[in-house]
Amino acid sequence: MRGGEQMGKIKVVHYINQFFAGIGGEEKADHRPEVREEVLGPGLALKAGFKDEAEIVATVICGDSYFGENIEEAKKEVLEMVKKYNPDLFIAGPAFNAGRYGVACGTIADAVQNELGIPSLTAMYEENPGADMFKKAVYIVSTKDSAAGMRDAVKKIVPLALKLVKGEEIGSPAEEGYLERGIRKNYFTDKRGSERAVDMLIKKLKGEEFETEFPMPDFDRVPPNPAVKDITKATIAIVTSGGAVPKGNPDHIESSSAQKYGKYDIEGIFDLNPENGETAHGGYDPVYANDDLDRVIPVDVLRELEKEGKIGKLHRYYYSTVGNGTAVANAKKFAEEFSKELVADGVDAVILTST
Amino acid sequence: MVKEVERAGIPVVHMCTVVPISLTVGANRIVPTIAIPHPLGDPKLEPHEEKALRRKLVERALEALETEVEGQTVFEMK
Repeated sequence: MRGGEQMGKIKVVHYINQFFAGIGGEEKADHRPEVREEVLGPGLALKAGFKDEAEIVATVICGDSYFGENIEEAKKEVLEMVKKYNPDLFIAGPAFNAGRYGVACGTIADAVQNELGIPSLTAMYEENPGADMFKKAVYIVSTKDSAAGMRDAVKKIVPLALKLVKGEEIGSPAEEGYLERGIRKNYFTDKRGSERAVDMLIKKLKGEEFETEFPMPDFDRVPPNPAVKDITKATIAIVTSGGAVPKGNPDHIESSSAQKYGKYDIEGIFDLNPENGETAHGGYDPVYANDDLDRVIPVDVLRELEKEGKIGKLHRYYYSTVGNGTAVANAKKFAEEFSKELVADGVDAVILTST
Repeated sequence: MVKEVERAGIPVVHMCTVVPISLTVGANRIVPTIAIPHPLGDPKLEPHEEKALRRKLVERALEALETEVEGQTVFEMK
């Protein structure tokens, strides 16, 4: 058991991104991994929470885009850095609703746990894509959807982290504040199963509140549609979560947590440029998209292919929203709505681009 | 959004950079792209080279749309 019997404080290595390290925002998202023997950003709150029991001996920092675009190399580099300190515990994040950051935190916490055998945990909002990917593999403390939830996150991270290191028994997700891991624990209870089931059914029939003993996992997979038979006759529509909008963002699509989507007419547009297009997305460095929006929605190339008869037609409208911290329920609603229009307009296939 | 388009009966190809996310959200046809801030471009290239790269990616996406798939399939650049 690591850490339990040693003299002195529990050694922790903390992983954060370029933003929480104070290095910069999106323009620094390509920051390569580095390690500083300091406590930075949320580490300060963790340090306060740990008091005398544990200390952060090093902070590893990595840009979210660098990690996302170079997962294998970044993982290797960060693991080497963590290994050097031989910590008793590894904490990544909290990532809240930042998608790339959450994926990076989950990936690295999982790697540190499995490849270095060091107890690890991370923290993020339940809708963060990193949560679905890693909640079964790694303890992920459930946080609010923004850094406004920092105090709340730290309050849950600290006790869970200490329990992990000391090898103490970890309670249920509800008790300890982590995301459900899909692990079933047998326990003895006085009422037999059939009685509990009937009790639950009676409550349900009466419209009273009841708590399921085993929530069914939400698979929600959609089988693939048949392939396009003749692409040279097909009408292709563009959809994007990259926030592509006409110059000036006339519908004021929000740069994060989008509450709407846009439907834009590209009739007569053969090329996107700073005069006719821009991005509204606040979750990535916008300079490349604003310079040439074809880098997010390939209108120029699709027009060429249309002219050459390689596709039947580029659909007149494209649908766009901003995928930055946008609630899954909203994205689903938007797409349900505009998909009806796509079907009504006779669109044969969709190219959906994401940043 | 990818699943809703698919659910409506329209074949859809997801062009995105972080493929693990696309797999997690359930896209069936996936084409990996260049980088997060410029999925279909590369500002380091000359404009005509960049456009050629974009065209290759889009052509791969069209191929994905023309290919029958059983489950989630990633169509890397050839």
